[in-house]
Amino acid sequence: MTLTPTADTPNATQPAPRPLATILAAQRPPRPTAWAACRVFAWRALLKIRHVPEQLSDVIAVPIIFTLLFTYLFGGALAGSTHRYLQTLLPGTLVMAVLLATMYTGINLNTDHAAGVYDRFRTLPIWRPAPIIGALLGDTARYLLASALVVGLGLALGFRPHGGAVGVGIGVALVVAFALALSWVFCWLGLVLRTPNAVTNLAFLVLFPLTMASNTFVDPHTLPGWLRAVVDANPVSHLVAATRDAMAGTASGTQVGAVLLTALATIAVFAPLTMHAYNRKS
Amino acid sequence: MNPPSDLAIHATGLTKHFGGTHAVDNLELAIPKGCVYGFLGPNGAGKTTTVRMLATLLRPDAGTASVLGLDTVRQAESVRERIALTGQFAALDQDLTGAENLTVAARLLGYRPRAARIRAAELLSGFGLDDAAPRQVKTYSGGMRRRLDIAASLVATPEVLFLDEPTTGLDPASRNQVWATIRALANAGTTVLLTTQYLAEADELASRVAVIDHGHLIAEGSPGELRAAGGTGRLRLRLADAERRPDAAELLHRLLGGSGSGSGSGSVEAAGSDPADVTVAVADAARATEAIAELSRGGIALTGFSLDQPSLEEVFLALTTTAAPAAAAS
Ligand SMILES: Nc1ncnc2c1ncn2[C@@H]1O[C@H](COP(=O)(O)OP(=O)(O)O)[C@@H](O)[C@H]1O
Ligand SMILES: [Mg+2]
Repeated sequence: MTLTPTADTPNATQPAPRPLATILAAQRPPRPTAWAACRVFAWRALLKIRHVPEQLSDVIAVPIIFTLLFTYLFGGALAGSTHRYLQTLLPGTLVMAVLLATMYTGINLNTDHAAGVYDRFRTLPIWRPAPIIGALLGDTARYLLASALVVGLGLALGFRPHGGAVGVGIGVALVVAFALALSWVFCWLGLVLRTPNAVTNLAFLVLFPLTMASNTFVDPHTLPGWLRAVVDANPVSHLVAATRDAMAGTASGTQVGAVLLTALATIAVFAPLTMHAYNRKS
Repeated sequence: MNPPSDLAIHATGLTKHFGGTHAVDNLELAIPKGCVYGFLGPNGAGKTTTVRMLATLLRPDAGTASVLGLDTVRQAESVRERIALTGQFAALDQDLTGAENLTVAARLLGYRPRAARIRAAELLSGFGLDDAAPRQVKTYSGGMRRRLDIAASLVATPEVLFLDEPTTGLDPASRNQVWATIRALANAGTTVLLTTQYLAEADELASRVAVIDHGHLIAEGSPGELRAAGGTGRLRLRLADAERRPDAAELLHRLLGGSGSGSGSGSVEAAGSDPADVTVAVADAARATEAIAELSRGGIALTGFSLDQPSLEEVFLALTTTAAPAAAAS
């Protein structure tokens, strides 16, 4: 109630509304299926990569640097020749490069949440895990890109897998499956930790021992007993061995099964934890 | 009053504590369908927390809430099919373009890819964002972001729309557009719960208003009832001759200070920076016009006047200091 003869009320200066009728939807389509919602989130992840290609630097630069560095730095010293070392090293480099990329799942989730983007998604009638599964689908594309880079560079440097294309394919599939399982761990951490920095710090604390205390670079037989026990128990050692053998064409069904079982067990624990944290997040 | 089936939003004993903070405390709300409902309170009053509980984002510690008769905890999924929320801070993806943000939202509501793009373009044009559509949201101004965020909530017209401080920090043109949108939605039958810190905004749009402070509902009623409970507005006069200020002040005090006019009515504020200005508290608009007429009869010429409604702070002061406000919640 403003009786101001001099100034116009906001009502009077209001522009003739733009076609306001168009803001009203004709009718609401049926809600998307769980799978359709996941695909939209995967598409969103790919759109983000298109707009911010820098975010791929970690999955492009790290694998290239690792492959070159480890081949030439350790090759001569550890196996007598870089060529010979490459045959056992490359699958290990692949594992390390892809597993290190899993932490970005948690960092991105944490950043999106801090920006409030998920508030909209959480008020939509969509399958609850869709945003996370969709993000993981997008991450699969990143893991495949990193794998292609490592394998391609390895082939150029003289990596000659006896398992052929099929063996390499199985090896890459094992690594990506394991990475997706580990991504759930980082999804959970991304939701329960406060800042992206905290996620990064914890990620290094988890990933470095996990990837280094393994058979990636050295033969466990050369290690002292206690460390050898740790290395033998490390699931990453089993992943590296299975990937190596798959690419060499000698992997057993038990080996492959054990890796997949580890991945499934990890998901069985961390997917519910993640969804609990996601639903409880305020 | 209303049978529950007529209510868009119904909350009983709604409570949320954060540690020792009673963000929302035993809140009762009954909001009829199809109205614009103002939810008024200062920073930290508990508006956002309430809206987040009603919009299924936050679980109440105690009490229950239902939206369109559906429980916000047990039937959250069904509630989400019929509501939309535009939060206090834009829920947009800064890296994506405006068009992509709306297309993602449309596809998540079930639109096919092509239909989603068409719907996004329609909304962008409806909100005057055609030119900005192919740009990343991080290049948008605050007003553009806010419009896009509201557009994203309207991809499928919701039956209940929650708008959390949609105009805070907006330029007047963007604010008017938001207001026009809210009116259009209300005309089309959407119930709008609008939180705001400004009584003037609630006055402009809302048919009913709840006032909340420290998590407590302190009053509920029409904006007019609130103003009445809040007591006095202000009559500002600009005298043609600054010399006449003492005469004007004396006259106004006599005319407006009578009994039953509300606390403080008729008290003339001390002269401000401009000696030709007189500001006087006034409880009743009708008596203000009488006073203006009386001034000119008394030969005191005016070059301008305005009657301002009480500010939110004044309404608060009145409501929190009065034992039983006239329009208190039942
Ligand atoms: N997630 C949270 N953790 C702790 N305290 C919170 C949280 N959210 C809100 N609060 C507190 O609850 C009170 C109400 O906040 P809020 O609902 O945001 O008020 P408003 O939206 O009216 O400004 C404030 O004191 C605020 O500090
Ligand atoms: Mg708020």
